[in-house]
Amino acid sequence: MARNVNFDPHLMEAGMESPVDEEDVHHSFNQIIAENSQSVAPSEAFELQQLQWELTEEVEDSVHPLPGQGHEPREEQQDQRDFGWGGDETDPLIANKWSSATLRILSSMPSRTIGRNRGAIISQYYNRTMQLRRRRQSRPSIKDLSRSARPSIRGYGNEEDTTDAEARKREHLVNNLQNLSVSDRVRMLREMPLSVAEKSNLRGLALQKERQTQASGQMHCCSQLKYYTIIAARQGWYSWLSFLHSLQLWQVPLKRVSGRFGTGVLSYFVFIKTLLLFNVFLFLVTGAFLVLPQALFPPDPSADKRSFYGLELLTGAGYFTDSVMYYGYYANYTLQKSCRVDGGHHNTSLTNGTMRGCISNHHHYNMPLAYFFTIGVAFFITCIILVYSMSKSFGRSFRIDKSHSVLAMKVLCSWDFKVVKETSVKIMSENICTQLKELLAEVSHKDDTKTAGQKLWRLMVHALAWAICIGSTTASVVSIFYFSDNMHRNLKERFHEDPLLKEASMLALPVLVSFINLLLPGLFNLSAWMEDYESPSVRTYVSISRNLMLKVSILGVLCYHWLGRVAADSGLTCWESYVGQELYRFLIMEFIFTLLDTLFGELLWRLFSERVLRRRRRPVFDIARNVLELIYGQTLAWLGVLFTPLLPAVQILKLLLLFYIKKSSVMMNCQAPRKPYRVSQMTTIFITLLCFPSFVGASVCVTYTMWSIKPSSSCGPFRELKTMFQAGKRWVEKLEEGNQNLSVLANAYSYLVEHPFFLFLGAGIFLIVIYFHSQVVDGQRKIISLLQEQIENEGEDKKFLISRLQSIHEQRRGPNRRQRRQDSSC
Amino acid sequence: MGNKQTTFTAQQLDAYQDCTYFTRKEILRLFYRYRDLAPQLVPLDYTNHPDVTLPYELIGSMPELKDNPFRQRIAEVFSEDGQGNMTLDDFLDMFSVLSEMAPRDLKAYYAFKIYDFNNDDFICKSDLEKTLNKLTRNELTEDEVRMVCEKVIDEADLDNDGRLSLEDFQHMIVQAPEFLSTFHIRI
Repeated sequence: MARNVNFDPHLMEAGMESPVDEEDVHHSFNQIIAENSQSVAPSEAFELQQLQWELTEEVEDSVHPLPGQGHEPREEQQDQRDFGWGGDETDPLIANKWSSATLRILSSMPSRTIGRNRGAIISQYYNRTMQLRRRRQSRPSIKDLSRSARPSIRGYGNEEDTTDAEARKREHLVNNLQNLSVSDRVRMLREMPLSVAEKSNLRGLALQKERQTQASGQMHCCSQLKYYTIIAARQGWYSWLSFLHSLQLWQVPLKRVSGRFGTGVLSYFVFIKTLLLFNVFLFLVTGAFLVLPQALFPPDPSADKRSFYGLELLTGAGYFTDSVMYYGYYANYTLQKSCRVDGGHHNTSLTNGTMRGCISNHHHYNMPLAYFFTIGVAFFITCIILVYSMSKSFGRSFRIDKSHSVLAMKVLCSWDFKVVKETSVKIMSENICTQLKELLAEVSHKDDTKTAGQKLWRLMVHALAWAICIGSTTASVVSIFYFSDNMHRNLKERFHEDPLLKEASMLALPVLVSFINLLLPGLFNLSAWMEDYESPSVRTYVSISRNLMLKVSILGVLCYHWLGRVAADSGLTCWESYVGQELYRFLIMEFIFTLLDTLFGELLWRLFSERVLRRRRRPVFDIARNVLELIYGQTLAWLGVLFTPLLPAVQILKLLLLFYIKKSSVMMNCQAPRKPYRVSQMTTIFITLLCFPSFVGASVCVTYTMWSIKPSSSCGPFRELKTMFQAGKRWVEKLEEGNQNLSVLANAYSYLVEHPFFLFLGAGIFLIVIYFHSQVVDGQRKIISLLQEQIENEGEDKKFLISRLQSIHEQRRGPNRRQRRQDSSC
Repeated sequence: MGNKQTTFTAQQLDAYQDCTYFTRKEILRLFYRYRDLAPQLVPLDYTNHPDVTLPYELIGSMPELKDNPFRQRIAEVFSEDGQGNMTLDDFLDMFSVLSEMAPRDLKAYYAFKIYDFNNDDFICKSDLEKTLNKLTRNELTEDEVRMVCEKVIDEADLDNDGRLSLEDFQHMIVQAPEFLSTFHIRI
């Protein structure tokens, strides 16, 4: 640096200012100027500037050079450089000095004071509340829509920033706040970037005014009632939130994990929590409407009651076969309680829909109907919740623009404030340092093209890797297909064997599938390592898509096996219970293999690398792979709810155990990730994967089962029906018989649901809506680029006006100064 | 969920609830965290609005802030006197803005103020240099620091005045969805 002027005292003073203090604007401006004048590259303009400093030292106006960077203005705007110091290449703004009048105007420009000036914040929020009020009442007029900090010429009155104006604005703001609805008011208050003390002040004033209008009877009685109900609703909502927070599910473990590993690894554990909530909901619904009624009215016990061996926990068969766990236990009649005929005994009576004697009219429970509707409604509500959380997550992470400010984002947005542990903070600093260096290298060596030979080589490597992955997936799928076929045939034949052995042999298929699920992702990782991707996000996406492909094909072949083969002809009395048991086995095996993977993959690997290899590098927690495992497990749970109403409970237990085991393993064995991990994007992708292949696939299978597969004729709630769906139809028909007015409803129902035309129409409308929305997004993208251009033009305008203002001021002062200089030199 | 606490009046708790993103229980929990920093200075009874300020050293020694390189700036931005000495209101404000539910614009406003080391409403080159050095613990060379600062201003400065204003910063935040999840402290 050519000149190193020490302005530290000024810096210290400036740092002590309170953000609310307006009078110090000039001082801080002085200090910025001083700082920036240090960093300006020495040039002709700089020397001239120094000359001016010396010349004008005796002038009473304090003169300062305007800070500005060596930013090259556009070539097209040559005319603006005429106001610079003739023929200079640099920005005229650097070379000029400004009088204090100009400075005063500059420093009170709204765009400069919005950050610190309380009055500016208040006036901005006054505008916003005004907008909100107008929007709630009627369409706003265009001239009121001035919301930016830069006023247009039309709106620029003679508003001085005196304290009077601020008090007036405050008054208006309080007025507006009072007129908003309660939830709007709270939202506005919370969003204001003022201190809590001031916000409570504003709130107090607004409430006071409201009470005054209430007391003076100005409020209509209906709106008073509405006001009170809204207040009561808010209190209720807050109490509910407090209750939820007081449950504090896993708050401390999550904080410890995020303190040590950051937001990325935390997102895995938050995902477990989300899945847990879904399963709790399913469990409550099926428990309340299916399990509980059936458990209270158990059917006749079957002949062969097996004893408990312990193997049942793994296979789900044996002792559990005839329990409330499986489909086969559920009654296909209406559960009823008979009235007291013989000395006060409550007997459960089994009727086939016919009434007997003096049976009371409450305590009816149509089991088949309940089963059908419970499963349907549970899936429907889960679908709504999933789509809602998916759209919320998508809205948070969607970027309309392709970002080109990668470095700026890395510097200003990438520090993870959640990380608290000292070693992790150090690791994070190192990571950011490395990533910045990489980005710098990337940005400066952008023209690093490869030769054709290198490109071809890379292409071949990619093709080989994909061939390996697809080949291994196909091989495993084919092997599962034939193995399951084999098992299916054995199932029909092996009746003479020891039942325990037979049960144990049923574990073979789940073990095989879990084994494949464990090994193949490792193979995919190896091929990704061989391919050596440059961009880590591309590598993550490729890895996710390969794993997804594997899991989707495995689930596909399994669904074919269960719904296509087992349901069709298996020689079993109750194929639904068998499928339910299979799903239970798969879930348990998946859990056991996850435990084994945690044990071997993390604990033993760490011990091995520490003791044997003597390296300090611990294994990194692979977030994407673990989340995909969770999604796979959840798909199995959703597939199985129809056949095993208690499966959500099993899944809940599994998730609880998994959380604690994974958490201890991560804390003991893993280290913080080194690669950058885009949390919002990944979370959106995972929620989308949970919704789209996972939930949609499960609901398609369940719908197919309910719609077209013939239920088994000797067990379950849908025994005599052709399809499960007919339970609903029968009920509608019975209602129609009872009440002719409902025939319209029944006809409408049958038209809508059974004729494909309406489904096509609905799908078509949906697609058109999506198309319109995508066009809107495109239009918004264009608007954004236009606005960016406009901002740049405004910047140029501003510079032009400033320099013009200054030159006029100079011209006016010029003759006076020349005269004074002549006087002094004589 | 009982109303047995005597620290705040009901109106005070309501006001805090409406002005921050916390529920009653969380506000009380935060009060106890604040009190734990200096039990002899902070009274248990806040119903008559006592004027208690905890010095920056105590705030900066909290486990959530202890190793954060920006802890001093955070405390300065949220404190009333601008030096990091915080009252209970400032404390609640700070954690409310840094909580999960605060909207992006509010967080962007305060993040801007935190990175603006010289409090001049602009993130100029020297601010960026200081930020970088705090981020990387002075591991980058001077040349690299200079290049990074230049590139950052190149990328993010929209109105071409050589430094980042609040609007430039907010525009950049819109393109970085990670900001919402990283600018968050769990308490």
